[in-house]
Amino acid sequence: MLEIKDVFKTFNKGTVNEKVALNGVDLKLNDGDFCTIIGGNGAGKSTMLNAIAGVWPVDRGVIFLGDKDVTGLPEHKRALYLGRVFQDPMMGTVADMEIIENLAIAARRGKKRSLRWGVTKAEREKYREMLAQFDLGLENRMTSKVGLLSGGQRQAITLLMATIKKPQLLLLDEHTAALDPKTAAKVLELSDKIIAENKLTALMVTHNMHDAIAHGNRLIMMNNGKIIFDIQGEEKKKLKTSDLLEKFSVASGGQELDNDRMLLSK
Amino acid sequence: MDGFLDYFGSLDPSLFVAALPGNIAQGILWGIMALGVYITFRILNFADLTVDGSFATGGAVTAVMLMNGSPIWIAMLVAFLAGITAGLVTGLLHTFLGIPDILSGILSQIALYPINLHIMNKFSNLPIKVDNYGMVFTSNSEKMNICGLIMSMRDVYTAIIVAAVIAVIIMAIMYWYFGTEQGSAIRATGANPKMASAQGINISIDKIVALALSNGLVAFSGSLLAQYQGFADVNMGRGSIVIGLAAVIIGQVIGEAIFRKNFNFILRLLFVVVGGIIYYLVMGIVLWLKMPPEDLKLFTAIIVAVFLAIPYLRGKSKNSFKRVVKMNRKSAKLEVEKNA
Repeated sequence: MLEIKDVFKTFNKGTVNEKVALNGVDLKLNDGDFCTIIGGNGAGKSTMLNAIAGVWPVDRGVIFLGDKDVTGLPEHKRALYLGRVFQDPMMGTVADMEIIENLAIAARRGKKRSLRWGVTKAEREKYREMLAQFDLGLENRMTSKVGLLSGGQRQAITLLMATIKKPQLLLLDEHTAALDPKTAAKVLELSDKIIAENKLTALMVTHNMHDAIAHGNRLIMMNNGKIIFDIQGEEKKKLKTSDLLEKFSVASGGQELDNDRMLLSK
Repeated sequence: MDGFLDYFGSLDPSLFVAALPGNIAQGILWGIMALGVYITFRILNFADLTVDGSFATGGAVTAVMLMNGSPIWIAMLVAFLAGITAGLVTGLLHTFLGIPDILSGILSQIALYPINLHIMNKFSNLPIKVDNYGMVFTSNSEKMNICGLIMSMRDVYTAIIVAAVIAVIIMAIMYWYFGTEQGSAIRATGANPKMASAQGINISIDKIVALALSNGLVAFSGSLLAQYQGFADVNMGRGSIVIGLAAVIIGQVIGEAIFRKNFNFILRLLFVVVGGIIYYLVMGIVLWLKMPPEDLKLFTAIIVAVFLAIPYLRGKSKNSFKRVVKMNRKSAKLEVEKNA
């Protein structure tokens, strides 16, 4: 489904702030893979997701989505194949537009935007049913401005927007990191449900090792712009956080996992 | 003290009343211009200064086309298209050449000055004499001419009606357009470009489209004002961005105060035009108070500053450090009184 070959990306090349963010990344996801990504700060997790989404061109390497080479496509053209949820709940929705308007914009992802009405009557019913499944009471607030919703509700809406038109790949970039633990658990549960029901292929970046182990069928660990650990299937099910810490220490050459957030969420 | 009384004694209310229709007509015309500013300033979140140039372009094109015997409808259409072109240039400077928004607008504005002079054949001022062309709509049926001007200050009441009808039509079109798939995409682009990109919207194209439409509308209103005042002037757009912003902001502050949560999109558009009218009424009062006309722009700046500050100060008064201290003192006092 997704294939990344030998991808490099360096930011601020030739300056004192030069940062090698991706240092030869190779990754192949199979259809239906739900892969979690962990790693310390600056390991390249979000950078890899941004490279897939086409936020900027990579320096080198190729990215395939299905049979399609998307390396040369800009962000708005790749959007046709992707669904994305960001860390910042403000980022994925337009605060000043109604819930239903946000959903309608997402439903037209990859289509030419015509002079027909932005939201049709038939859509309204469809979205009401979809929102009702969330059990957040949003189905009765469809004409409310998204800005009035809580962070968790906004992430739920963004999640629905990302999957309303079935994407070939769903990119979740620490989408629960800005939420309180209870809401985060709820949004994660919702993500699981949507991914399972629609049989989606997904990549989820997280700082929480428990979540990384508990969700999905595959786990990769990144360090210094490289994938240093890749585990799936039965093996992943048996994984413990202590294993992960050890793996990290070995793979990174005795380096300690010096990320407070990761340690605390052990 | 005597001087003071003399001053007030010399103010004649009937003069103010006599100037009222003219102020209303101009207010609506500038309100139409402000609808163009609304597209960039509010919907696209782009402070576009091109309008000072494109407004004059609209007037210049209209005057020259009429002089060359073109029917008014064609002249107005070409004025609209000329404005669209100006907006396109600003959009290209911003998106494809990466020039920051305010700067790309300023560049277009500066470039338009000589272009407008060229359009007007190096004349800085061209007359549009209603006697030469006649009028399409007029209360005086003898001078009716299907190819004539669509408004003139010669017939202020007709001008008010025609301008109001045009304003309503434009509001209806804008209401429709920004409700379509394309219009929604432009709104998303202005409000959250990151989200727009992630949803497959080409934000560069959408910015260009919005800038083009905005400047087309501004040039169209420039055409209307040139007809109304009976001449086109290369300087007629100078400071128009400030008047446009004044209309947008005055309308918003007043509309929000009246409708609060029910201040929806169509009302917002309506109150842009209402803002234009209020602005010209205030200007009328300023002139009636015998303030020197050359200071008008100064008053414009003051009015805009006041209306921009109102929402901020109101928010601050409800949410300030001083207020907390005051409230705490008050409750402490009450406590003491209760105990006593």
